[in-house]
Amino acid sequence: MAIKNILSIIITNYVFRRFLFFLLIIWIASTAIFLIPRLSGQDPVKEKLLLEAQRGGHMQAGLEEMAASYSAKFGLDKPLIVQYGNYMKDLVRFDFGPSIAYFPKSVNSLIGDSVVWTFGLLSVCTFLAFFIGTIAGALLGWPKSPNFLQYVFMPILTLAAIPYYLLALVLIYIFAFNLDWFPLFGGYAVAQLPEWSFSFVGQVIHHAILPASSIVLASLGFWALGMRGMMVTNQGEDFMIAAEAKGLRSIRLFFNYAVRNAILPQTTALALSLGTVFTGSVLVEVIFRYPGLGNTLYQAIKLNDFFVIRGMIFIVIVTLGLATFIIDVTYPLLDPRVSYKKGG
Amino acid sequence: MSTANATTQDFTKKTFRRRVEDFWRYVKRNPSLGVGLGLFLSLFLFVAIGYATYEVERYRPLSGGPDLAPFEKDSYNPTTRANGYILGTDRQGRDVMAVMIAGIPLTLQIGLIAGLIGITVGTILAFMAAYYGGWIDQIISTIVDVGLTIPGILILIVIAVNLQSGLSVPQMGLAVSAVAWVWPARTIRSQVLVMREQLYVEIARLSGTSGFSIMFKEMLPNLAPYIGASLVGSVASAILASVGLEALGLGPFDSPTLGMTIYWNIQFSSILHGMWWWFGPPILVLAMIFVGLFLMTAGLDEWSNPRLRKRV
Repeated sequence: MAIKNILSIIITNYVFRRFLFFLLIIWIASTAIFLIPRLSGQDPVKEKLLLEAQRGGHMQAGLEEMAASYSAKFGLDKPLIVQYGNYMKDLVRFDFGPSIAYFPKSVNSLIGDSVVWTFGLLSVCTFLAFFIGTIAGALLGWPKSPNFLQYVFMPILTLAAIPYYLLALVLIYIFAFNLDWFPLFGGYAVAQLPEWSFSFVGQVIHHAILPASSIVLASLGFWALGMRGMMVTNQGEDFMIAAEAKGLRSIRLFFNYAVRNAILPQTTALALSLGTVFTGSVLVEVIFRYPGLGNTLYQAIKLNDFFVIRGMIFIVIVTLGLATFIIDVTYPLLDPRVSYKKGG
Repeated sequence: MSTANATTQDFTKKTFRRRVEDFWRYVKRNPSLGVGLGLFLSLFLFVAIGYATYEVERYRPLSGGPDLAPFEKDSYNPTTRANGYILGTDRQGRDVMAVMIAGIPLTLQIGLIAGLIGITVGTILAFMAAYYGGWIDQIISTIVDVGLTIPGILILIVIAVNLQSGLSVPQMGLAVSAVAWVWPARTIRSQVLVMREQLYVEIARLSGTSGFSIMFKEMLPNLAPYIGASLVGSVASAILASVGLEALGLGPFDSPTLGMTIYWNIQFSSILHGMWWWFGPPILVLAMIFVGLFLMTAGLDEWSNPRLRKRV
């Protein structure tokens, strides 16, 4: 009886259910990544090895060793279910095997080299876009805002429809190629080794401005549109009418009543937007040859380096799932209307 | 007899004209729909006139000398036209103008295939989930939630990497449709949930109509405008996904789609060579397609959802 009660409390627990959902995401994604190559009837790893063997070039030395470790690791002669079990065991240990193109470098070290760059770029961009876009949307959805704002922000909102990389191509042509204000590519100067110094940090910022502006400009509109919609919906609510009837100053109405209530759904959108921001920035990194995850993924696709592609996609999905989980769990703390109880 | 005929004809003519007028009046009240339709109309005209008057076959590589600026003459290369090309050629000697004329319909075709499949599968799942409820709804909704959290393009990359033996344009559409049903399933489900509670559905149910015919004979026609509006949105996201895949080098290599044109631009660093005639047109056309679809989605949303029908 007591055990049954505890069980039912755990199952109806909001945090626990969100955690189960997080595990489900990872399980479905990793199973899809496992099954798709089998369904296609092709084996990219074997093909890549065959190709390299035919070429007989620089890779010959490591090839035998690689083929041996490859078939031992995956036990390709064993039944599918055993392969699946081994694969899952590796994933749990975050062991994605060696890169094919940069053998014997491991997938983890390749990803580790580039993750800092992407994390830095995207966290700054997401924060800026969220901040500027939310303010723009709040002003657009506020009836007492000056009219000219409509004409300033409306063109920027349509940029929301354009993928980041198209904007990146335009910006790089204008500001790097024609005006020469910013470097054309890279995360830092060509002849420089990463180090902790002011000049290096300056270089990094200088190199990041163009990629960051293309991401921020193209994602502003998403936040502005969401915020404007919520502001307009809030306009007729009882609490707005009550606050207005109290004769509060309109700046207080704006910040403490309208914006305060409209901003909550924006944080849920943050969870869903993280995936879009990452996938959108992949090609921005490629265009600027920025040394981040997107560029590594692109190189892996070009070199047919399947382990790197698989490992990276898995890590990105885990990160996104984790971020969604954290935002879902903290959301009830922000919004008292949502409670931890079931059905809330 | 003949007079009666004439009057009926007049009558139908009038209603047709009135319909057009009504539509035009509505478009004037709904500028996003108008501008979106206008952008698409101009693209269609461009393609139609292009196919009628231009040698579209020159989208193939080696149709002329490489790297020619617009109207640049190249007397050393006998395959090059004497007067050069309106939009020049790319690094591999494709006529950029021909690539644009051939590429727009191909890219739209990918989006349309994936969008139609996505919306069909999404609608069926949404109806099943919302109408039957219970564990069917639980399963479908959970899968949809998972699908919304995992970015579709990552799964598409895994699919495309494994299908490298040359995707054709329709296959590209099929691949993209593998992730295109998720969002329609979610939004249409919530619409069906609202509609299920309405009186006419209740009456149909009480009068013993089967679940199948309530869903497809009673509810589907009423949701048609909404489904139509979400079709435009799902075509837009399918095009977005396909162009992204192509730009990563996972597209149909022998087809001159807009995404492949972006790929070749990145591959040959056209910007570092200042070849604006090569990277400019696909950027402009893609921007027109995306902004056009975005505005049309916003406009159709307003049209299909009368509660939004007010001046914003």
